[in-house]
Amino acid sequence: MFKIVVCVKAVPDPKEACNIKIDPVTKTLMRCDVPMVLNPLDKYALEAALQFKEQFDAHISVLSMGPPEAGNIVKECLALGADQGFLLSDRAFAGADAFATAYTLAKGIEKIGPFDVVFCGMASSDGSTEWVGPEIATFLKIPVVTRITEIVEYNGQWWTVKAELENGYRLVRVQIPAVFTVTRALNTPRRLSFSGIIKARKKEITQWGIQQLGVSEASVGLKGSPSIVSTIATMDSRRKVEILEGKREEKAEQLVQRLANAGVL
Amino acid sequence: MEKSCGPVWVIAEQIDCRILSVSFQLIGHGRKLAAALDTTVEAILLGHQMAEHPRQLFAAGGDRVYLGNDPELAVYQPEIYAEIIEKLAKEKQPEIILIGSTSMGRELAPLIAARLDTGLTAHCIDLVIDGNNVLESRIPAYGGLLSIICPDRRPQMATIAAGVFPNPEPDGNRTGDIIPIEVPKEIPQRIQTLKVVREEPEGMDLESATIVVAGGAGAGDPAGWRKIADLAQVLNAALGATRPTVDEGWAALETMIGQSGKMVSPELYIGVGLSGELQHMVGISGAKVMVAINNDAKSPVFEQVDYGIVDDCREFVPVFIEKIKAYREKLKTC
Ligand SMILES: Cc1cc2nc3c(=O)[nH]c(=O)nc-3n(C[C@H](O)[C@H](O)[C@H](O)COP(=O)(O)OP(=O)(O)OC[C@H]3O[C@@H](n4cnc5c(N)ncnc54)[C@H](O)[C@@H]3O)c2cc1C
Ligand SMILES: Cc1cc2nc3c(=O)[nH]c(=O)nc-3n(C[C@H](O)[C@H](O)[C@H](O)COP(=O)(O)OP(=O)(O)OC[C@H]3O[C@@H](n4cnc5c(N)ncnc54)[C@H](O)[C@@H]3O)c2cc1C
Repeated sequence: MFKIVVCVKAVPDPKEACNIKIDPVTKTLMRCDVPMVLNPLDKYALEAALQFKEQFDAHISVLSMGPPEAGNIVKECLALGADQGFLLSDRAFAGADAFATAYTLAKGIEKIGPFDVVFCGMASSDGSTEWVGPEIATFLKIPVVTRITEIVEYNGQWWTVKAELENGYRLVRVQIPAVFTVTRALNTPRRLSFSGIIKARKKEITQWGIQQLGVSEASVGLKGSPSIVSTIATMDSRRKVEILEGKREEKAEQLVQRLANAGVL
Repeated sequence: MEKSCGPVWVIAEQIDCRILSVSFQLIGHGRKLAAALDTTVEAILLGHQMAEHPRQLFAAGGDRVYLGNDPELAVYQPEIYAEIIEKLAKEKQPEIILIGSTSMGRELAPLIAARLDTGLTAHCIDLVIDGNNVLESRIPAYGGLLSIICPDRRPQMATIAAGVFPNPEPDGNRTGDIIPIEVPKEIPQRIQTLKVVREEPEGMDLESATIVVAGGAGAGDPAGWRKIADLAQVLNAALGATRPTVDEGWAALETMIGQSGKMVSPELYIGVGLSGELQHMVGISGAKVMVAINNDAKSPVFEQVDYGIVDDCREFVPVFIEKIKAYREKLKTC
C-alpha cells in the first residue's frame, strides 16, 4: 500500500506565544505556561495526506519529535484520520537545532519503514527556519520540493507540483519517494469530528528514544546541533511618541499637519 | 596573499539573467566579514548567458567568481545546484556561506548545509565576527535579540533577506578571477523544474517605496483591510502586512514585512491595527517618521513610533483619507 509520513511539531500556541518574553534582567526566557498546539501549517500537511488517502487509499503515519506532551498533537492527528502515530521523545533530543531535528526525524522515518511520500509544513510557527523538510530529504537521500501550493498530477512514480515563488510559481516534476513542504494555499484542513475522536481511541502511539532509534547521544539534541544560541539580548527600538488627542477629525487633521511639517507627505 | 582562513562565499542568485540586489548586498557585507577575518570574498554564480555578469560582482566587492554558465543552469534546479556547490565547498573549504533569503535560497541553503554537515541560521538581521573569529548571526525573537553561532563546524551558513544590508557602491575598477565550473554529469534526474512563471507584482514595490502603510490583525475583516489598502493608494504608498493578515488571506505573502518577510526602509511608515511585535518591527529600518493607529492605548506599538492615534482604525482611516485628500487639494491650489 502507498505509505505516507506526515511530520508534525508541537509549538507554543501562536495566539499566546507573544507572552514568551526575555527577562530583561536574567536574559532567560519567561515561558508563562503557554500551551502547546499542533503547528498550524502541519494541519495542511496532514490534510494533503488525508486527501490522497481518500482518492487512492494509503496508510498515514504521523511523526513528531518532542517532549511527552507532544503526544497530544499526535493524538489529534489520529483523530483527524491518520492511521498510526509515532513520538520521538527522549531527554537527549532536547535543545536540537534544525539539523539535529531533521537527522532524528529522518532516523524515525527510516525506522517506520518503507514510504512513498513525506509531508511537512513549510515552517513551524516558533523556530520557523523552513530547514527541517529539505534537511530530512537530504538525510534520506531523496528529493524535496518546498512551499508547494498544488499537486497538479500524480503519475505513478512521478508527481508534478506547483511551488510558490516570489510573485509566481515553479512547476516541478519529481520522482517519489520525496519530501514535500506545504503552504496554506494547498488545501483547507478539515476539523475534528466526534467520530474521529472515538476512532482514534483505538489507534496507538509508538514512542521511541535514542535506544530504539539506534542513534548516539552525540548525534541528537543539543550535542548533535551545529548551531547554538550564544547570547540573548534585549532590544531597544523605542521612540518618544506623541499621542494626538481630540475628536477623530481633529486627530486626523493634526496627523496630516505633523507629517506635512516633517516633509514626508 | 596569505589568508588566515577560508573565503567568505556568497551564493549569487539570478532571475532571467539579472543578479538580485540581495546578492550584491551580501557581497558588500561579506567584505566587512572578510576584512575582520583577513580573507577574501567569493561568489558562486549559476545561470546561462552570464559571461559578462561576474564584472558586477567584482564591482560590488567580490575577489573571485565561480561561474557555472550552462543552459542546464538557466533556472534553479535543486539537485544540480546543490551538487555543484557541495563539491566546490568540499574542495575550497569556505569559512562562511551567505545566501539570500529568497524562495530559492530558503530551499537551497538547507540542502547545502545538510550535505556539508553544518549549521544554518535563518532570518538574520545582522552578521558580525565575534572575539573568537566566529560568525555571530543575530535574529529577533521573544522581544529580544538572539545570537546564534556555529562554533565547531565549517562552513558557517546564514540566510539574509533583501534590504538587511545596504547596496554597496559599485567600484567599476575592481577586477577579479573568473573560475569556470562544469555541470556534473552523474546527477540522478529525480527532480526537474519544468517551468518558472512570474507575474507582475500587484501594487507598489515595498523595498523601494518612500511611504509604507502596513496593516495588521486589527483590520478585523476584508472590509477593514480594504480601508487600509485605500489609505495606501491615496498616499501612493506600498501596502505591507503582518503575519496574521497573510494567514487570514487578506494580504499576499509577498507583502509581509518583518523577520520572515520583506525588509523596508521608507521615509514614512504607518502601522494600522498592528501590535508592534518585534518580528514585524525589525522589518522597518531607518524610517524617518513612524506612525501607529491602534485602538488600545497600551499597545506596545506606541513605544516604537513618533506619532500615535488611539482609535478604531476602521473609523479613523476613512477620515484620515479625507484629510489627506483635502491637504493635497490645497497644495495644488497654492
Ligand atoms: C526563535 C528561534 C530561532 C531559531 N533559529 C534557528 C536557526 O537559525 N537555525 C537552526 O538550525 N535552528 C534554529 N532554531 C531551532 C529550531 O527551531 C528547532 O531546531 C526545531 O526543532 C526545528 O526547526 P523549526 O522549528 O525551525 O522547523 P521548520 O523547518 O520551520 O519546520 C518545518 C516543518 O518541519 C516539521 N518539523 C519541524 N520540527 C519538527 C518536530 N520536532 N517534529 C516533527 N516535525 C517537525 C514540521 O512538519 C514543520 O512544519 C530556532 C528556534 C527558535 C525558537
Ligand atoms: C519566528 C517568527 C517569525 C515571524 N515573522 C514575522 C514577520 O516577518 N512579519 C510579521 O508581521 N510577523 C511575524 N511573526 C508574527 C509576529 O510575532 C506577530 O504575531 C505579528 O506581527 C502580529 O501581527 P499583528 O500586529 O497584525 O496582530 P496582533 O498582535 O494580533 O495585533 C493586532 C493589534 O490590532 C489592534 N486592534 C484591534 N482592533 C483594532 C481596531 N478596530 N482598530 C485599531 N486597532 C485595533 C490591537 O490592539 C492589537 O494591538 C513571526 C513570528 C515568529 C514566531
